[in-house]
Amino acid sequence: MHLRVDWRASLDLTGRVLLYVSVPLGIPLFVALYYGDPIVPFLAAIAVTVLAGAALRRLPGEPGELGAREAFLGVSLIWLLVAVVGAVPFYVAGTGVLAHPVDALFESMSGLTTTGATALRDFSVHSRAVLMWRQVLQWLGGLGILVLATAVLSEIGVGGAQLMETETQTQSVDKLTPKITQTAQLIWGLYIGLTVLAVAVYFGLHLAGLAPEMTFYNAVAHALTSVSTAGFSPEPESIGAFTPVVQWAVIPFMLVGSTSFVLLYFAIHGDPWRLVESEEFRFYMGVVATGSAVVALSLTVDPDVNYGLEPTIRHALFNVASIVTTTGYASVDFDAWSPAAKHVLFLGMFVGGMVGSTTCSIKSLRWLVALKAFRRSLFTTIHPSAVRPVRVSGRAVDEATIRDIYQYLLLSIVIFVLLTVFIVVDGSRVSDSVTEFEAMSAAASTFLNIGPAFGLAGPYDTYANFPRTTRAVMIVLMWIGRIEIIPVLVLFTKAFWTS
Amino acid sequence: MHVVIIGAGEVGTSIAESLDDSHDVVVIDVDQARADQLKYELDVMTLAGDGTSLSVLQEAGVADADMLIASTDDDRTNLVACETAKTVSDPFTIARVKSVEYLRTWEMTEAAFGVDFMVCSDLLTAENIVRVVGLPAAVDVDPFAGGRIQMAEFEIADGSPVDGQTVAEADRFESLTFAGLFRDGEMILPQGSTEIRAGDRAVVIGSPESVQGFADDISPEATPDEADEIVIIGGSEIGYHTARLLEKRGLKPRIIERDHDRARYLAEELPKTLVMEHDATDTEFLAREHVDEADIVVAALDSDEKNLLVSILAKRLGTDRVVAIVDSGDYVTVFEEIGVDVAINPRQVTAEEITRFTHEGVAENLSVLENDQAEVLELELSPDSSLVGKPIRDISAEFDSDIVIGAVTRNGDQITPRGDTVLEAGDHVVVFVETACVEALMSMA
Repeated sequence: MHLRVDWRASLDLTGRVLLYVSVPLGIPLFVALYYGDPIVPFLAAIAVTVLAGAALRRLPGEPGELGAREAFLGVSLIWLLVAVVGAVPFYVAGTGVLAHPVDALFESMSGLTTTGATALRDFSVHSRAVLMWRQVLQWLGGLGILVLATAVLSEIGVGGAQLMETETQTQSVDKLTPKITQTAQLIWGLYIGLTVLAVAVYFGLHLAGLAPEMTFYNAVAHALTSVSTAGFSPEPESIGAFTPVVQWAVIPFMLVGSTSFVLLYFAIHGDPWRLVESEEFRFYMGVVATGSAVVALSLTVDPDVNYGLEPTIRHALFNVASIVTTTGYASVDFDAWSPAAKHVLFLGMFVGGMVGSTTCSIKSLRWLVALKAFRRSLFTTIHPSAVRPVRVSGRAVDEATIRDIYQYLLLSIVIFVLLTVFIVVDGSRVSDSVTEFEAMSAAASTFLNIGPAFGLAGPYDTYANFPRTTRAVMIVLMWIGRIEIIPVLVLFTKAFWTS
Repeated sequence: MHVVIIGAGEVGTSIAESLDDSHDVVVIDVDQARADQLKYELDVMTLAGDGTSLSVLQEAGVADADMLIASTDDDRTNLVACETAKTVSDPFTIARVKSVEYLRTWEMTEAAFGVDFMVCSDLLTAENIVRVVGLPAAVDVDPFAGGRIQMAEFEIADGSPVDGQTVAEADRFESLTFAGLFRDGEMILPQGSTEIRAGDRAVVIGSPESVQGFADDISPEATPDEADEIVIIGGSEIGYHTARLLEKRGLKPRIIERDHDRARYLAEELPKTLVMEHDATDTEFLAREHVDEADIVVAALDSDEKNLLVSILAKRLGTDRVVAIVDSGDYVTVFEEIGVDVAINPRQVTAEEITRFTHEGVAENLSVLENDQAEVLELELSPDSSLVGKPIRDISAEFDSDIVIGAVTRNGDQITPRGDTVLEAGDHVVVFVETACVEALMSMA
């Protein structure tokens, strides 16, 4: 049997990306030096990363061109291996639950895929450097490590477009410039700029005396995970640990991070109408607004909560935005809310932000297209000869794209249901039974890369409440979910490996 | 005038026919037999050869020609012929094209491809159809400024909503100018306070959309509105442009197209049109889709036979009005005799447009109204025109008799003329003027 995929090219690329990942490992190293925390975990991680990267590049044989198959293999491997080396500092530091390799990998995969589901029980046992590494991992994963790789590795060149498309299945890459490397650089520049702005705003609030808890460390830590819609926080109460003004300040950054970076780029460069004209943008903003209104209403009529007007609006908007954008911060323990409010949040998990943003989940565009295609089906039932393209923002959507979207939705539902069943069964095997709703929310939250769930894994609780086998399965599903299923599934087909 | 015509098809022949009395005409055609035949039919010189070839053009005397009309069925041949002629001398060149893309390119500078005037047959035909479909209440409609401006004359019927209103009340459209009013054969220059009465004939100048809006206002029953069913059979270029122009007027037509890919293309390009992929000669389908209830059916299929067939089918099903495209000029009367309400021949339309242009000269384009009482002129202002640099208010004041500047286009954009609008060189101005004052106005432009 002749292997048609040039695995050597994929491994070479994976090696290169690993070598570059050793650079951001310098950030927690620096934090450790500053606070006098142990530096060994990070030195070990840098060593492992560099060695692994170099080894992958020195394998025998000449790497060839990056085609579609090489991209599928490369993308899947890169996300997996970066998560593995990302777990090294956690494991070596060996504090709390992270001493177990599965939990270290769970935390790393959850971070890199910007899920934000944590297994930590007691935050105080972990060093500031270790907690900062979680934040940095999320920031790296936010825009996609391959977009970063394309921006940094000019040698990738043409293959970069292929890689970026494979990484985000939803779209063909909108090039801002003829050179893909340049496009990736512009997008990353924007990402870095927004992150710096978030640091300035958060720390500015601290300096202005409006946010006593928001130290420079916290400002950086939360800036790294808000624009990337990731959701980790070094504080066990998440954003609930900060003053209301901070909570208000975080909302726009989550929303900006969930907006298409291509449209943001145009908006900043004097063409804000493109943003307003985007049907996807209006749809997803509409979802956030409607969801918030319903949650605010259900909180108002709930006799058990009594926030007052401003906190009601704030908590409703904050937590709905956090869930819909797949960030996963919490401003309050929403697990204590009424079933009505909780179920709205649960439904919000399936929405996601815009295509081309840092969000995960299904994404608004897919829903918009699917809903419009459904409406069309109703119409063509009455007029069988009618030819009606599905239009989004006035542009006709390709029929093949619609089929891909249906296929993706179906796959997602199947995986979600299987994962739910697994969590219930596995949970009842080990300890007290896990309720269906807990299992469903945890399944959606990890597979769709959101973070907090309800019940056992609520916003102020931990995934360590689930058996370790469940967490091991979740690691795989976070990985598959982040790169949108197809690149991984393709690897398991016979056709991929044969001609 | 020495005129060289390239292409001895229907368009070329028709133009040659109208010019041969008073001008020296040379017709070039690749087909030797066709060229020979024409020599006996018309008083013209004919040449067999390729109109894009410099030697052939020189033989036709292009060096001394005042005008070159490229009217073959092939766009590129026509464009290359014009460009080639420009390398030798500077005749006024007219090109006939089918592609609207070329027209759009040309409109950017009005000099591209070495073409001085471009006529797009498909678009022109579609505009013609839309005028027929859209303004049944109008007694006269003429396009100006390449179709961006329309002049229309309406008869105000008894019971029309504007009957008894003042001009100020009736004139509610942004880019529409109320140019003139004819009452009992007398011309009235309308003031804001002038009352409109039944039986009057009103002349308006403005964008096609605003003229349509006005038409809807004065006779809501006769003019198609959103509720009316307009069915276009055949998604040819003409069918496509017809639908596009109808969409621009706020109507929602339906197109029936048989070819899958073409239907998809049309559906993507025409967001407000309902495209159906089906054979339009299937009577069962026509009945199922209620084509019988259509108010207007436009037959725009690719062959005359099919158009005739669907026209008859539509008529038999009970459609009110049927407009059909007839590719062969000979069949126009046949179609109309059989009961097709309007038969439009694209070549005839094109030939007429070019001929009108050759007669009227280069800078103007005119409509004569009400037994020569008034004219609507289109002027292109030269830099030394005495109208340039003045606000419209002053220009009107300078004239003994009244003139109305109905519309101005500048660099292809329409400007609604107001009292303080200052005219610039290069502007295309559509003016409504008493015939007696035409000479005086022309001398100033």
